[in-house]
Amino acid sequence: MAAGVIWSSIGTMALIGLVLGLGLTYASRRLAVERDPRVDQIEQLLPGANCGACGYAGCRQMAEEMAAGRAPAAACVAGGSATAAAIAEILGVEAGEVQERVAVLLCGGGAREASRRSRYLGVQDCLAAQLVAGGPKACAYGCLGYGTCVRACPFGAIRLNDDALPEIDRHKCTGCGKCAEACPRHLIVLADRASQVFVACSSQARGAEVRKVCTVGCIGCQLCVRECPQGAITVENNLARIDQERCTRCGSCLSRCPTHCLVAVTELTPCQPAEGVVDWKQAAQSGG
Amino acid sequence: MKELLLLIAGSILVNNFVLSRFLGICPFLGVSQRLDTALSMGAATTFVLTMAGAATWAVQSYLLVPWGLGFLQTLAFIIIIAALVQLVEMIILKTNPVLYRALGIFLPLITTNCAVLGLAILAAGKGYNLVETSVFGFGVGLGFTLALVMMAGIRSNLEYADIPAPLRGAPIALITAGLLSLAFTGFSGLISM
Repeated sequence: MAAGVIWSSIGTMALIGLVLGLGLTYASRRLAVERDPRVDQIEQLLPGANCGACGYAGCRQMAEEMAAGRAPAAACVAGGSATAAAIAEILGVEAGEVQERVAVLLCGGGAREASRRSRYLGVQDCLAAQLVAGGPKACAYGCLGYGTCVRACPFGAIRLNDDALPEIDRHKCTGCGKCAEACPRHLIVLADRASQVFVACSSQARGAEVRKVCTVGCIGCQLCVRECPQGAITVENNLARIDQERCTRCGSCLSRCPTHCLVAVTELTPCQPAEGVVDWKQAAQSGG
Repeated sequence: MKELLLLIAGSILVNNFVLSRFLGICPFLGVSQRLDTALSMGAATTFVLTMAGAATWAVQSYLLVPWGLGFLQTLAFIIIIAALVQLVEMIILKTNPVLYRALGIFLPLITTNCAVLGLAILAAGKGYNLVETSVFGFGVGLGFTLALVMMAGIRSNLEYADIPAPLRGAPIALITAGLLSLAFTGFSGLISM
C-alpha cells in the first residue's frame, strides 16, 4: 500500500513535470519572437555613443525603428553619409543625404583676450560658475572656460586649449549637439559642415563696453557689412551675423574686422578649404 | 451572480490577502515605491492569480482528488504556477512587447509570490468550482493591487515627511503597513463568507 502511494506520487509529479515541460518547449518554439537580424547589423554600423541626436533613446532603439521602416536610413546624424549609405544597403533603400553639421564656438575671448572681474575658486564647471553671480568673466556673454562642453562631448572632439577656450576637432565632431545643450551661455551652435566663416563673438553689449572687457569682441562697427559683396552680413543688437546661405566664403570680411572677431574655421585634410579663405590666425598676424 | 460579486468584494476588503492574510508581503514592501510600477505589478499579479486559479483547479479536481493524492497539492501547485508564469511571459513578449517592457522584472517575480500559492490552496480547501476559483483569483488580485497602490501613494508622501531618523526607510514602511492592516480590520464582518 505504502509503496503504491510512493509510486503513484512519483508518477503523478513526473507526469505533471513532463506535460508542463513539453508544453513550455512547444510554446517557446511557437511563440519565439523573431528578431530582425538587420537590427544587429545596423547597430554594428552606428557610432554607438547613444548621443540621442537622432531623437531616439539610443542607437539600439533607432536601429529597431530603421529596420521597421519607421526611421529613414539617414536618421543617424552622428554617423554621417557613409554610415547612412551602409545602412541603406542593408535595408535596400535609397540613402538620402545626411546634412552634416558641426559644432562651432561663437566666442574668441579666452583667458588672454577677455578680462576677468573676479576670481572664481568654486567647482570647476561652467554651470556652477555661471550660478555664482554670473561667473568671473567681465563679459556677460563670453565663454567661461571650465569645459562643461568638453565633458558633454560623447566623441572626445572638444578639448580646452591653453587659452582656456574649447577647441572643436572637426574630424571627430559629429554634430550631435550635446555640447550646445550643455553650454550655459549657448555659445556653441551647430552649423552646416560647409560653412566656414563665423563671427566668433556672442556679445550683445554696445561696442564701447565690449572693448573694455575683451580684445576680440564684435563691436558692431558695420565695417564687415559694407565689405561683404554678397550682403550676407547684418548687425543686430550690436552683433554681426552671417547668413550662411549667402556667404560664398570669399574671406574679404576677415581682414576688414578691426577686432578680428570674424573667423574662418578652416577644414584640414581631406577637405580642402574653399578658395580665398584665409586662416584667421594668419590673417590676424599679417593684418596686425 | 450575487455570490460571485460578494466573493470579489470580500476578497478585496474583508479578506484582503496582503492586509488581512499577510500573503504577498514581499512585493507589497518591495514594489510600492512608485505608483506606476505598483499599478503594473498589481495588474500582472491579478492576471496571473486569475489564470493560476483556473489551472490549479483543473489539476486539483481532475488529477489529485480522483487519485487520492491531495497531499501533493503544494508541490504540484508550485510547479504549475511557475510554468504558468513562464507561459504568460512568453505570450506577453509575443503579443505586446510594450507591456512586456513595462512589466519587466515583475513578471518572473510573481512566480515566488506566496499570494498565488495561497490562493490556489485556499480555493481548493473551500471546494470552489472553476468559475468561483477564477473569480476569487481575480478579486484577490484586485485586493492586492489596491493594497499596493495605497501603500505606494502613502510612501510617495512619506518622502516629504519629517520622519525621525531611526524610523526612516524600512521601519516606517512596516509601521505604515501595520496601520493600513489595522484600518482594514474595520471591514471584518462586512461580508460573511
